[in-house]
Amino acid sequence: MTEISTGPGTGAGEHAPAKLGYSPVADIPHRPRVADTDPKAARRAERQVSSMFMLSMLFVVLFIIAFVAIDKSANVYLPVFGVVGAMNITLGFTMGAAIFLIGAGAIQWAKKLMPDVEVVQERHDLSSPAEATGEAAANYERGKEESGFARFKIIRRTLIGAMVLFPIPLIVMLRDLWISPPGSPSPSELLTTTLWKDGTRVVTDPTYLPIRPEDIPVGGLVSAAPADLEEVQIAEGNLNARAKAAIILVRMDPADIVSQQGDGWDYQGIVAYSKICTHVGCPIALYEQRTHHLLCPCHQSTFDLADSGNVVFGPAARRMPQLPIGVDVEGFIVAKAPFAEPVGPSFWERG
Amino acid sequence: MSTTNPTVSSPIEAAGEGVATYVDQRVGSNKFLSRNLGKVFPDHWSFMLGEIALYSFIVVLLSGVYLTLFYKASMVEVIYDGSYVPLKGIEMSEAYSSSLDISFDVRGGLLIRQMHHWAALIFIAAIAVHMFRVFFTGAFRKPREFNWIIGVGLATLALAAGFSGYSLPDDLLSGTGLQIARGIVQSIPIVGTWGAFLLFGGEYPGTDFISRLYGIHILLVPGLILALVTVHLMLVWTQKHTQFPGPGRTNSNVVGYPLMPVYMAKAGGFFFIVFGVCTLIAGLVTLNPIWIFGPYTPDQVSAGSQPDWYIGWLDGALRIMPNIETYLFGYTISWNILIPAVIMPGIVFTALALYPFLEAWVTGDKREHHLLDRPRNNPTRTGIGVMAITFYGLLWIGGGNDIIATSFNLTINSITWFLRLTIFVLPPIAFVVTRRICLALQRRDRDKLLHGYETGRVLRLPHGEFIEVHEPINYKEMAVITSKTDITPLPAPVKVDADGVANPYYRLKSMRAKLSHFFYAENIAKPTAAEIEAAQHHVAHDAALEAPLHAYEDADELRNGHGGVLHHLGMADTNSKQFAERTEQ
Amino acid sequence: MKFLAARRRQPVVALAMLLFALVAVGGVYAAVGTVRPAEAAGAASSETQVEMGKQLYLEGCSSCHSLQAQGSTNGPTLIGVGAAAVDFQVATGRMPLAAPGVQAAAGPPQYNKEETAALAAYVSSLAPGPAIPNAEQVDFGSADVAEGGVLFRVNCQQCHQAAGQGGALTQGKYAPSLMNATPVQMYEAMITGPQSMPVFSDSTLPEEDKKAIIAYVDYLQNAADPGGLSLGRLGPVTEGLFLWTAVFGALIAVAIWVGIKAR
Repeated sequence: MTEISTGPGTGAGEHAPAKLGYSPVADIPHRPRVADTDPKAARRAERQVSSMFMLSMLFVVLFIIAFVAIDKSANVYLPVFGVVGAMNITLGFTMGAAIFLIGAGAIQWAKKLMPDVEVVQERHDLSSPAEATGEAAANYERGKEESGFARFKIIRRTLIGAMVLFPIPLIVMLRDLWISPPGSPSPSELLTTTLWKDGTRVVTDPTYLPIRPEDIPVGGLVSAAPADLEEVQIAEGNLNARAKAAIILVRMDPADIVSQQGDGWDYQGIVAYSKICTHVGCPIALYEQRTHHLLCPCHQSTFDLADSGNVVFGPAARRMPQLPIGVDVEGFIVAKAPFAEPVGPSFWERG
Repeated sequence: MSTTNPTVSSPIEAAGEGVATYVDQRVGSNKFLSRNLGKVFPDHWSFMLGEIALYSFIVVLLSGVYLTLFYKASMVEVIYDGSYVPLKGIEMSEAYSSSLDISFDVRGGLLIRQMHHWAALIFIAAIAVHMFRVFFTGAFRKPREFNWIIGVGLATLALAAGFSGYSLPDDLLSGTGLQIARGIVQSIPIVGTWGAFLLFGGEYPGTDFISRLYGIHILLVPGLILALVTVHLMLVWTQKHTQFPGPGRTNSNVVGYPLMPVYMAKAGGFFFIVFGVCTLIAGLVTLNPIWIFGPYTPDQVSAGSQPDWYIGWLDGALRIMPNIETYLFGYTISWNILIPAVIMPGIVFTALALYPFLEAWVTGDKREHHLLDRPRNNPTRTGIGVMAITFYGLLWIGGGNDIIATSFNLTINSITWFLRLTIFVLPPIAFVVTRRICLALQRRDRDKLLHGYETGRVLRLPHGEFIEVHEPINYKEMAVITSKTDITPLPAPVKVDADGVANPYYRLKSMRAKLSHFFYAENIAKPTAAEIEAAQHHVAHDAALEAPLHAYEDADELRNGHGGVLHHLGMADTNSKQFAERTEQ
Repeated sequence: MKFLAARRRQPVVALAMLLFALVAVGGVYAAVGTVRPAEAAGAASSETQVEMGKQLYLEGCSSCHSLQAQGSTNGPTLIGVGAAAVDFQVATGRMPLAAPGVQAAAGPPQYNKEETAALAAYVSSLAPGPAIPNAEQVDFGSADVAEGGVLFRVNCQQCHQAAGQGGALTQGKYAPSLMNATPVQMYEAMITGPQSMPVFSDSTLPEEDKKAIIAYVDYLQNAADPGGLSLGRLGPVTEGLFLWTAVFGALIAVAIWVGIKAR
């Protein structure tokens, strides 16, 4: 490499055989690089490149040492970074440096020691020559004639029909992406029902403790679930029931309640609302106890829990469904009825 | 090529030649090599943006294969028993548990996970910036329309790859994203509800979705991306790369460096650079600390829940959309979700894919283009691009409005209202301003051709007048400026021809003429030969008048031997000569 | 100057000017934004605690909370809020209010420990309310961090963010970062529900659960970042910002270096 690069004014063009199809650009004056004219500079560049490759190898060795020696849970303090994992930062740095240096070396090699004369190559017409087009057309005609595609009308039409129909089974089979047993409720029925029914106890989430009204002070917030959720969750082996049944209980001064979705759906100022946003379904519990507003962190729909859970801001179109509550004979909070409207995001059949 | 080559010096080279011969006798590869080892590639930093995308994709593939060895795509609930203490004994899906194991118990696993994610973010960002370059320089024009469409397809697939991967760890943040995705699917009229049930195998969240997504993420989407990338590159290869205007560069040649060795070294080296940067960043900077978010459950959410940057604009659109829903004959149409999350992106990607054809139709342009446009020379296109970026940027702000609100003491409500208004106002303003700037730059180019450039050196004439020294532009700039092609807008069609026959396509054609007018009517024409000549006379006249000053100038010690003159004596001559040369080509 | 004059038309100059303007505007904004009221010098008193608290109250608080502490249009009633609320508000510097706004911001405390205790004693003497938690109540040493994490994710992160960095509420209100909160302050906040925050009573969130939550926040406050630089633990927004500035900037810088001809 050195042999070529140290010669003054060398360029690809000068050495390129004619059949490669390029030549030096005539009207760009070429300024030789330092490495082209000064053998010392050329050797320096050579050293730069080779030492980058050498360093790269060194970093691979360091990587292996780090991989073996560093405890994977060890932390290290570094200025700017703070306390960080020692393993990740060492492995990343050594491996990254090893790889980066190969690239930097190769580019430095190209820039300093390989020819830097721009060359020119002619473009060729992209469209095919007329005779090729003619030949293709003739072949097509011959094929059409020999197959009788034009003559056998009935074959042609049935073939088209068959081609249109054959993918249908592939689509039909997608039906059982959801295996619903015979007689199982329709999607819209499933989206409309939750575990809540008359008498379901309200329990704390995730500790499943029953709640008495006096447990919640004014301004208090409790994330809650139906008492049978744990059981159902284990029986079904999924979180589907939880995704629909999650609610929040908040207590406000009864005088603050402007309106509710039903008469007497609160219990002494305690109101229960679904936790699932009516926009696209994020769970919401950003409750501001002073304004009684509930804010969704995903798209910032804001609901007023003192006013029937109505939307006061943001993209949600429907109010937050309210769960009517009361207390049972033992004095624990229970639902008085199921949700009157579907919880969560809207859907076509919802009406 | 199969005969022994006298230049082969080492046994390794001899062996290499043996292999080349062996392969050639079976696949005829030397024919390809003979044609292509000398293939010329133009050199410009912006041509490497596509390379960044390609190389980061390779990094994503490599690191992704490694991750598949450890990741378990299962929603079965397990009790975590790894080494991250704050989650010990907690119930979670096997997907999340195995992602934690990759992060804490597999040595180097966190590095690979972060490398995979960082490289994916870089991949999509590089695609976006590469598209900007192609758009603003008009590289999508004939004959490269197919490759533009493939590029739009790749961008869409990259989003799908990113989103499906973001959801796999099954942490609380990604699960929130899936919940939103389900809400969006559910909003689609007629088929949405059923579609959501089929996709998730029943109710949300079910137990199927992670494993379904996994197949899509590691097989379907990357397979399609690989196929399209291959076609994309083959087309670049056969059509040859476009080039920026410059000395010696015409529409029918390529000026640059040959594949072997310079381009190979630079492109190959750049692969290692991108790979190295991905690795370094993955080692030094945390990305998506899933252990902080906790396992997914559909009844929890964190403040500041955001998607990765490339979905941010859609999330922003969802946030700023007013709450419109229609109830009709017992059915619900959720415009508040449909418009921002389905219709708007649909329109954006369709418009993106069709743009080359729209522009070609409007301008009636059927020529091949291998020389790139300077963005200023097509002010309307550039304006449209900046308008789109502004639109995107505003939605992006919407996607991070809560973080912006807390960081700058603003309210999310005011940011949302600001965006609801400016989303209609700012993009058109951006269009007009950009267009004006482009036209002003065109005027300056024209000025430079006629009068040279302003050097910023001011000279005081003996009679006290101050004058700025103009100098001729250099040959490179001359080549760049003169590359502009003047385009005449299409003429308005005739409504009724001489024989009284009404033009059946009058309305369409008249719209087309109007659009063409809109695109090109205000363009600043390149100076004509006559104008150059007039300027030449003027300059010659000035030069003659100023001739006595040159002596004065030369004597002026403060000038430090710059050699500039008021009007360089030879300038007019040089300019017109070069101009003539350019226009001949 | 000649050097500058000759280069004043280069595109890079415009860029530099823009950068300068941005930095200048940002600097002014930061300078104006960080002005804090000077710390009030506390004077010790030899009177009884309640009496001292009353004096401090009348001087510093009564203008908003009224002379009898039953509240006015400028401030809520303090009857029944208890010592915990006073200690939280005063010790975190939220009260006395530095400036009217949607929400009292934390800052340097205006009263020393003794004065704060006196104020608390005075307010709790008006009517019973939640007391300041004792050392045993906030001793989270034996609490289960993992359990605390679960409770934190159910009850706290919706406002304070998964990593406790805080988050936005409506109309400019915000949930503050928990990174500097002390165990006592966290406990007080949960039982008193300062400002927008709801109350988490001991019945629905027992003392043990509160300890677990405090243990988890304490973990977050001191946790290392296994993956490197944390980017503020703010999630995808700062990650995206870092990507588009630092990472992409670096890649483009290299791309430009590749294209520049060697000297």
